Amino acid sequence: MTANGWIQFALYVAALLLVTKPLGLYLLRVLDARGKTFLDPIMRPIERLTYKLLCVDPEEEQDWKRYTAAMLIFSFVTMLFTYAILRLQDVLWLNPQKMAAVSEHLSFNTAASFTTNTNWQSYVGESTMSYLSQMVGLASHNFLSAAVGISIAAALVRGIARHSSKTIGNFWVDLTRVTYYLLLPICSIYAVVLVSQGMIQNFKPYDTVSLTEPFTTQVPKVDDKGNPVLDPAGKPVMEDKKIDTQTIAQGPMASQIAIKMLGTNGGGYANANAAHPYENPTPLSNFLQMLSIFAIPSALTYYLGRMVKNQGHGWAVWSAMFVVFLTGVLVSWHYEAAGNPMMHQLGVDPASGNMEGKEVRFGIFNSALFATITTDASCGAVNSMHDSFTPLGGLVPLLNIELGEVIFGGVGAGLYGMLVFVVLAVFIAGLMVGRTPEFLGKKIEPYDVKMASFVILVLGFSILGFSAWACMNKWGAPDAMGALTDGTNNSGPHGFSEILYAYSSCTGNNGSAFAGIGANTPWYNATLGLATLFGRFAMIVPILALAGSLARKKRVASSAGTFPVSGPLFTTLLVGTVLLVGALTFFPALSLGPIIEHFMMHAGNQF
Amino acid sequence: MRNIFIEIKNSVIATIVFAIILCGIYPLIVYGAGQLFFPNKANGSLIEGKDRRLVGSELLGQTFSRDKYFHPRPSAAGAGYDAANSSGTNLGPTSKKLMDSVKAAVEQYRKENNLTADVLVPADAVTSSGSGLDPHISVKNAELQVPRVAKTRGLSEDNVRDLVKQNTDGPQFGILGDPGVNVLKLNLALDGER
Repeated sequence: MTANGWIQFALYVAALLLVTKPLGLYLLRVLDARGKTFLDPIMRPIERLTYKLLCVDPEEEQDWKRYTAAMLIFSFVTMLFTYAILRLQDVLWLNPQKMAAVSEHLSFNTAASFTTNTNWQSYVGESTMSYLSQMVGLASHNFLSAAVGISIAAALVRGIARHSSKTIGNFWVDLTRVTYYLLLPICSIYAVVLVSQGMIQNFKPYDTVSLTEPFTTQVPKVDDKGNPVLDPAGKPVMEDKKIDTQTIAQGPMASQIAIKMLGTNGGGYANANAAHPYENPTPLSNFLQMLSIFAIPSALTYYLGRMVKNQGHGWAVWSAMFVVFLTGVLVSWHYEAAGNPMMHQLGVDPASGNMEGKEVRFGIFNSALFATITTDASCGAVNSMHDSFTPLGGLVPLLNIELGEVIFGGVGAGLYGMLVFVVLAVFIAGLMVGRTPEFLGKKIEPYDVKMASFVILVLGFSILGFSAWACMNKWGAPDAMGALTDGTNNSGPHGFSEILYAYSSCTGNNGSAFAGIGANTPWYNATLGLATLFGRFAMIVPILALAGSLARKKRVASSAGTFPVSGPLFTTLLVGTVLLVGALTFFPALSLGPIIEHFMMHAGNQF
Repeated sequence: MRNIFIEIKNSVIATIVFAIILCGIYPLIVYGAGQLFFPNKANGSLIEGKDRRLVGSELLGQTFSRDKYFHPRPSAAGAGYDAANSSGTNLGPTSKKLMDSVKAAVEQYRKENNLTADVLVPADAVTSSGSGLDPHISVKNAELQVPRVAKTRGLSEDNVRDLVKQNTDGPQFGILGDPGVNVLKLNLALDGER
């Protein structure tokens, strides 16, 4: 843990604080149908035209049921749209590399994953997706799923802020305004800045360059029909192949990466995601990418404070998020810097930390920080391979996801997830003093607590249920006798961690992976796709119901017995609630994965 | 029921409208600005050799194993530094496969560079990067390779060290990220290609 790392961390926190208030104030205008912004001269006509085409009256608000229906139907239609593009990419345009159509199960998984802001990727982008699939099929979701998330957070905040109101906003207006006034303008500038650092943005076919030092490698021999030749023992026959060129994948990357980070989507253009030198060329591009993950979620806490006319509450929520964030960074950084004792015994310099799966230009600190940020939020972009982290260094991203990604969280998703914990925290505080819990002048009643609990249960149910199923059945782990070798890249506890991480990531709509897992099989694609849908919609619907219920309530005057929702006491209670729920739900599973692996690593066990 | 049809109709129209703006106009704006202001970078930071052939990208590593070149990190991308197939090993901290490969790499590194068994090997020299395309090696790693390269080429170590220094990137602005030596650029410089 170097001095230079601490300085970079201080810079990051300073930059985050710097953008929180201005962006929060801007969000107030964007999320108000009548709000005025400096972009009105350019965007207002396009916004009006969009409403006209949709026959939407921007002045007309919706109740929570109509809002939910619009959101669900819109999500389903966009998912179908992407599924169609992926299945037909071989006959559509912008396919200079002649990529084949994507299989049914992979198309379902990918469409579900991008619709839900997960961006789990069972495929290798540069050898699977045409430019059209990347640009239209996938990139459209980067904007739209992010805009949906922010819209829902706004609807919930309106529900909290309003009283005796039937409506919580208009989905189409929120969606349109967030896209046109927030995401699109920032991305247009941000993407060009990324290009200035070396990120590619072109439409040319892949380049071929001559290698300075050609080399030979062994490849499986294939017959005339392209089938591998097998020897009598059934093993593929290998033959020498001379490699004297390097094929370099190209494409419209920067436009997609800007929204991938700002919208906390995380779906990479290249397989290696933000570790790929084109996708994250310099430490500055890395810094900006990390900042853009947290920028909107952080600003949303300020928006919350303003909307409920209690800025202290906004900052209390921010502080709770920051405390957990800080803890995660320090733990992950510490263990990655400490490295792997088994490697040290082989003669590797302990001072250089665990560099497996990490890039030299980022080093240990920026890799650990990125891993923490991307999983605190539901981003899921990675600039280093989480699978190769030390057990406890890798526990941090896994636990972050399992806590519900409420530490700043995904755009919108982080705030609405955290507000569910706020409702629970207030409820617990009410129980402790034996009063009906109140939250910002509203009585929290059984219906509200039921909805909040439902959200929490979905997370545990989907992650643990699917993981257990994957371990026990013959599709997830073909060797049912406990050797998790097939499908996973690692055996022993780490193999289990790969499975647990996969379902956590998909349910949490994160999208990062312990990427050794070979998830491009019909079974994994189907179950992981379902997990993304559960994790998104089985949470959003009760949250919107909660928004509707809170909006309807009458305001009650606060009294001496009202639990204050600002200040250190509330922050502590909120952090405690988040950690307690997460720990109680996931500790047993975690102890079978990363925790036991930590002790086995120190005992020198290999699998 | 009527409401549901309205929402379906709205969804279809919205998908089309947003696709045109977000997937058509927006990437083209970025494309135009990128090609106008940073054409070399937008096209992949490609390097031309002396005879104007393309020999690589400043940002992507390549495989080198001869004594006269600096060696990059091990790579898990395809057959090694396959820039259409980026990947890490994704091997975990208790993986036997990983430990075996690190063990072999440590032995080879010491042998190549004529190091005694008590010299600690920098981690980046024996581990694969996340992308499999890492263009850099650590400064310490480069330093340990200087004597070998200098001897093979009949150059003075100081000459080689100067070239290493010229091809060392970062930390950016003196603060961001870790310093790294760009292996391809360094080797091309040694060959007099640029």
